[in-house]
Amino acid sequence: MNFDTSEEQELLQDTIGKWASSECPPVRVREFFDGEAPHDPSLWQGLCEIGVAGLVVPEAHGGAGLELIDLALVAETLGFHGVPGPFLGHALACVALAHGGSPEQQRCWLPRLASGEVLGTVALAESGARWLPADWQLRLDGGALRGAKRFVPSGEVADLLVIGTAGGGLALVESRAAGVVAKSYPGVDRARRVADVAFEGATCEPLARGAEAAARVRDAGLVLLAADAFGAASRLVDMAVSYAKTREQFGVTIGHFQALKHQLANMAVEIEPARGLFWYAAHAFDRVPRDAERFAALAKAHITERGMQVARDVVEAHGGIGFTWECDVQIWFKRVMFDRAWLGTPSLHRERAAKLAGW
Amino acid sequence: MDLSYGPEYESFRAEVRGFLDAHWPPKGTDAERPKAERVRRFREQAVAAGYLLRWIPRAYGGSEQPNDALRASILREEFTRVRAPHEPRGIGMMMLVPTLLEKGAEWQKQRFVPPTAMDEMHWCQGYSEPGSGSDLASLKTRAELVGDEWVIHGQKIWTTNAVGADYMFCLCRTEPDAPKHAGISYLLVPMKQPGVEVRPLRQMNGGADFNEVFLTGARAPKDHIVGSRGEGWLVSRATLKHERAGIGNAEVSLMMFAGLVQLAKTSQRGGRPAIEDPEIRQRLAALEGYVRAHEYSGYRALSRAARGKDVGPVALMTKLVSTNIGGEVAKLALDLLGDEGLQDPTSQGNSELGLPGVWRSWVSQYMYSLGVATAGGTANIQRNVIGERALGLPRDYYADRSSGR
Repeated sequence: MNFDTSEEQELLQDTIGKWASSECPPVRVREFFDGEAPHDPSLWQGLCEIGVAGLVVPEAHGGAGLELIDLALVAETLGFHGVPGPFLGHALACVALAHGGSPEQQRCWLPRLASGEVLGTVALAESGARWLPADWQLRLDGGALRGAKRFVPSGEVADLLVIGTAGGGLALVESRAAGVVAKSYPGVDRARRVADVAFEGATCEPLARGAEAAARVRDAGLVLLAADAFGAASRLVDMAVSYAKTREQFGVTIGHFQALKHQLANMAVEIEPARGLFWYAAHAFDRVPRDAERFAALAKAHITERGMQVARDVVEAHGGIGFTWECDVQIWFKRVMFDRAWLGTPSLHRERAAKLAGW
Repeated sequence: MDLSYGPEYESFRAEVRGFLDAHWPPKGTDAERPKAERVRRFREQAVAAGYLLRWIPRAYGGSEQPNDALRASILREEFTRVRAPHEPRGIGMMMLVPTLLEKGAEWQKQRFVPPTAMDEMHWCQGYSEPGSGSDLASLKTRAELVGDEWVIHGQKIWTTNAVGADYMFCLCRTEPDAPKHAGISYLLVPMKQPGVEVRPLRQMNGGADFNEVFLTGARAPKDHIVGSRGEGWLVSRATLKHERAGIGNAEVSLMMFAGLVQLAKTSQRGGRPAIEDPEIRQRLAALEGYVRAHEYSGYRALSRAARGKDVGPVALMTKLVSTNIGGEVAKLALDLLGDEGLQDPTSQGNSELGLPGVWRSWVSQYMYSLGVATAGGTANIQRNVIGERALGLPRDYYADRSSGR
């Protein structure tokens, strides 16, 4: 029994953490957050050079052949540093192809996804909070798609879209194909831009084992959101703690006061123990099939909900400055808002967890 | 990362089953011995096989096995399945033995660890006093060396299991002129002597686990001190650490949660099983998030500790996390009980309302969970510890001034 990260995994987190500290410090995050560009190619390029784009792509197709736990550790680190960009959608597109692509589809796309030459994403949500495979209604008529998807990460800049279709399958569409219209707009988390994508008879190619892959994409997505929220919430707690150590009132730093000290301790207790939960959800996805679906739902519901409450508490702990656009707290606050809502709210996944327990 | 029961573990399970088939319940002449003797004999056999007292060195009666949470959980499952005796659980095993192993003199380990580990010597903890709760280091119970003995005067309170204890590990002021933290020693005081009087305290749930202990010229041999004179505070920190740490708490949380789910399945709400009610399902799943986080953080902490790696701040959080869970479980249980929550847990109540055994234990638990949150350092003291030691926040302004540190 060894429920701990390996040296390689610690090195991976460390490498990305160091890269983020030097290439993507808060000032750079804010620059993108405040800007209008839908994508920062140089940041994504930096991550591709570390190998992030192909982490879960099998080695035979030019990837690192790692597991979801490794991807989740990366998501935690990116969340902690608030790194903007298309990681989530791209990672899930890789999961879809790795778990459901035909040999030919894999040969065609995986090497280019792994190198970062092709940017992938997933188009899942339909209006009315239809996030899950059973809810999808997008029709596939004779190989052509008609309908629309919402909140597609990097939907305007991705090259390849993996699309959820009626019946719970998946299909591939190239964004430059005729009949694909992507319209980016500012979502609440400006670090991870989303788009509405309309399909007006666009030609698509169904994924060979689409239904199977759709369930894997759902579970992987839930785990990655939980991991990202864990990282972001940990950063928020750090911000509040360091503010308490520097801000002075009544002649001492405010961290001296028990009222605030206890609030900060409560925040840490809400978040830090949840590390084991997203680890296990990822581990179950990789190795314990009977727990995979249920723990992905539990981890997403728990960590994004607790992370959101902590984010609110962190704003309060900062006093007036915490409520300003100028304070970095808002950037991570909104990151957790994204993690909480994308793929469905905590209550949806708690009900799923209840059902999956046989309650 | 690997939590699965691989073939190595499955063969360990088979080995444990074979042992239990042979030894519990006892066979032949062993079966005719009195119960205490049967239990003792079984425990000795289980220690010899390496199944009990795995964390205690052989020199002190343990089986000295590598720390392995999966083997430990297989042992727990298999022992529970055939109702075989586990390790004794109590204050002596939870707190004194780890402290002695870390800080005790050689003769103290040899004399006190083996009988405690075999459930033949029982302990209580003499820390809190009426005037010294959260500010424990202000304690006033005095011990003076008279010839070859410590002579002790003072009063302890909230002393769990003082009735029936053979010894108390007791914090006493031995250096009255030293600053408050540096004037305390950690003494091992025999309980069965004229200078010790125990008075049970009745709790709000009707039980009497806690006591007052009056020390009026109580005596302890000169060498019954752990660490040196004036080092008692440091030694007591080691004990508190053991009280807070460990995955044991997550096991309790998991058991309580399983009991709660069972209660939700057997209770009614709006004419159907409560477990089908959307609100109850939401609350159960939300609570399970905490329980599972606690469980897997525990596995992570154990794995890291076993490899000598830093466990990080969770080690300081275990107690608060598990008592928070205990409180939430108790609150949801009371909602599930409905009218049965009006019953008095200290009496038979109205037998037409539900099964007395079920409501009595949950109503009692509703109150008892608050006692657990207070014992071993209140929840607010836990928050101080987390704030100061895990987050590195400064000590409380007023505490700083009064401690003279």
